[in-house]
Amino acid sequence: MKSHVWRPLWVFLAIVAVILLARVFLVPEDFGVHETGYMYGWYREGNVQEWKDPQPKYLGAVYCAECHEEKTTGRDASPHGAIQCENCHGPALGHPDDPPALAIDRSRELCLRCHAWLPYPTSGRMAIPGIDPQSHNPGEECSSCHDPHHPNLEEM
Amino acid sequence: MKRRDFLKHSIFAIAGAGVPLSALQLVDPKELFAARPELRWIFLVDTYKCVGCGFCVKACKTENDTPYDANVTRTWVERYVMTQEGKTYADSPKGARDGFTTSKIDLGRGNYREIKEGEIEQGFFVPKLCNQCDNPPCVQVCPVGATYKAPDGVVLVDRKWCIGCGYCIMGCPYGVRFFHPEHHVAEKCNFCYHRIHQGMKTACVDACPYGARRIGNLRDPDDPVTRVVMTQRVGVLKDEFGTKPQAFYIGLNREVR
Amino acid sequence: MVHGELWTVKEFFVLPNEYIYWSIQIVMYPFMTGLVAGAFVLSSLYHVFGVKQLREIARFALVFSFALLPVAMMPLMLHLQQPLRGINVLLTPHFTSAIAAFGIVFMTYGSIVAAELWFVYRRHFVETVNELRARPVRGTGENLRLRLFALLSLGAMDLSEEALAKDHKAVTLLAGIGIPVACFLHGYAGFIFGSVKANALWMTPLMPVIFIMSAVVSGIALCILCYIVTMELRKILARRRKASPGAPTAEELKGVETHEVRLTSRYLLLFMVFALTLELLDIIFRGYTAEKSWDILREVIYGLDFTKIFILQYGVGNLLPFFLFLLPGLTVRRAALASILVIYGVFMMRWNVVIGGQAFSLTFSGFMHYHLPIIPHDWETFREGLAGALLVMATPFALFWGLNKIFPVFLQEEGH
Repeated sequence: MKSHVWRPLWVFLAIVAVILLARVFLVPEDFGVHETGYMYGWYREGNVQEWKDPQPKYLGAVYCAECHEEKTTGRDASPHGAIQCENCHGPALGHPDDPPALAIDRSRELCLRCHAWLPYPTSGRMAIPGIDPQSHNPGEECSSCHDPHHPNLEEM
Repeated sequence: MKRRDFLKHSIFAIAGAGVPLSALQLVDPKELFAARPELRWIFLVDTYKCVGCGFCVKACKTENDTPYDANVTRTWVERYVMTQEGKTYADSPKGARDGFTTSKIDLGRGNYREIKEGEIEQGFFVPKLCNQCDNPPCVQVCPVGATYKAPDGVVLVDRKWCIGCGYCIMGCPYGVRFFHPEHHVAEKCNFCYHRIHQGMKTACVDACPYGARRIGNLRDPDDPVTRVVMTQRVGVLKDEFGTKPQAFYIGLNREVR
Repeated sequence: MVHGELWTVKEFFVLPNEYIYWSIQIVMYPFMTGLVAGAFVLSSLYHVFGVKQLREIARFALVFSFALLPVAMMPLMLHLQQPLRGINVLLTPHFTSAIAAFGIVFMTYGSIVAAELWFVYRRHFVETVNELRARPVRGTGENLRLRLFALLSLGAMDLSEEALAKDHKAVTLLAGIGIPVACFLHGYAGFIFGSVKANALWMTPLMPVIFIMSAVVSGIALCILCYIVTMELRKILARRRKASPGAPTAEELKGVETHEVRLTSRYLLLFMVFALTLELLDIIFRGYTAEKSWDILREVIYGLDFTKIFILQYGVGNLLPFFLFLLPGLTVRRAALASILVIYGVFMMRWNVVIGGQAFSLTFSGFMHYHLPIIPHDWETFREGLAGALLVMATPFALFWGLNKIFPVFLQEEGH
């Protein structure tokens, strides 16, 4: 080992030692191989909880019905009963504290998502009554004639 | 040392070493749990029921803070139209964020294809999302351990550790991954992890008015989704890749990509 | 705009999240590491296999190989969405990923080249230190130089015959170990692509071997080219100054040059044959087996990318230089031209693999067209555009100029 030829090796080993030392400070404690093995389970365990933490934004029609019964009962009996309130009104978030009111979207595009007629055999789309957006009152808001909470073509 | 002694000692040493090593195998509870955890999330898509309204895409983007105007999405819906000529047309305008409100097929580069009603033999919609594979190739290729399979089967991305190399995006055969335009790390559907662990359903499952999307637990034999998967003729996407996807589909045909 | 949207134009049925994520910098990366591996293999042909005639170019190749190494990092740092976290590959490597091998292989290879360089130049360091120490008065520049060279010598000041013989042995050993490591460095780059089962064009076991072969080709061609350029400069300098004792004349230089170039080009041709054979085998196999992806791949290979693949890469980049090298009476000028074409051909190969692999959608029913950003107008269009690529290409030459001051490539007196 006295020979000078080993000196570059010492330099290399020193660099490796520095990296291994850096690992101690830079790699989080909970990083390692977890339940799902090395190939699929090499991660920082704390991240799992980070993904569980966020507050849900959509709270569901049951939550809306607690206060807005007059809107939900009529709707529930109709085919629109299957649509979540928040699909059209946006997420509840902290409503009624924040936001105090949710948006009311009256655009045609919203209704056309389901009611633009598309002739697709084998798809549930054909079971929905639809119109041709180009010819059926173009430019008009659908809700000026149809009540989204109580849709009934016969009563029109 | 005589040869016989050496052999005798070696055999004892190896046999002796075998005992503690095999004990390790038997007694590791973590691996046991991983092999059969009580919770394994699966998804069920019914393409007969999907009407292409796109409420799922809208809800997902809002729930998970994917910038609404950005042309990336954790989930999307594809449209397939088969004509009498035997041709198939498919598109997914903005991932169906705004639904499908025209019969014109989006061909890209500003071109559209009108298909007359009489020509259509089949037309249907296929919602897509991360399959949370059992053998996820995206996890295999991550160089730093930023993406992983959690014990309940969901594949997650550690936003603080991802270096943004994009290998996982290239590695996914289903195209579900992308770079988040604000966090600048890899991103994908995570089954609304925060919702399912608070007893709720995913945003897309809740938003779907037609019941085309459902989520369940494969390990619960009484789970209605599990019942369907076990008793009906369900399919998966691209199973030739060996990824063992856990999103199951009713109503796929040979043209679905 | 999301990353990739700026330079991707989608056609027909492409999935919403699909873009050309791996663009010009990912073309540059295997290109630069290929030059590294090739230059090193060339240098080792002399040090290990004792091909004496390659002595001049071998030293050159070694230093250039070292200049290319830090540049290999550049395309990656420019590409990463989180470049400051690049160190994570060394901190928590996930070895099931080919990219994780990068940290280890790169460091090992860099260390081998650095160590080999040290042994080759140790005598030069020690002699410089002794000479500078002997001077009674030293300027600041000379003091700095003395400090640097004293550090570089690592305190091994023994210049006896045995010590130098040990140096020689060490070089041979390192050059020998270095060849498989250089192959591994570039082989794993090929494995990065070849193991992606999701990509129908990349997925083939041939990919690592194709990459290694074409890497060696590009490395040798680059060394021929740079050797010629450097020799031309030396000839100009030799003509200008009066003949100093020991320094070669322009005529002597010319003779050495042609000989070295002719010999080296034989090796280049050999590896070109290997590389081309494998690439053609891959295409023929795909067409023959005609798997599900063949329809769209055929559209890309024989349709969209026909000019890029067959005219530019195989024609201009392979066949043309092949004949230029083979025609009798190879002149230095013809060799220089052919080498440039070969390097261009290897670059086009990287382009056709990386960009070509993203030219079609996962649906097999759509295309993505790549438009390289030419004029940079923000950081994104700079780092993943023509400007970024040119920066990466130019840096090794700048580094080489600097390195030459410490490891002069043209030394008259040397141990081996």
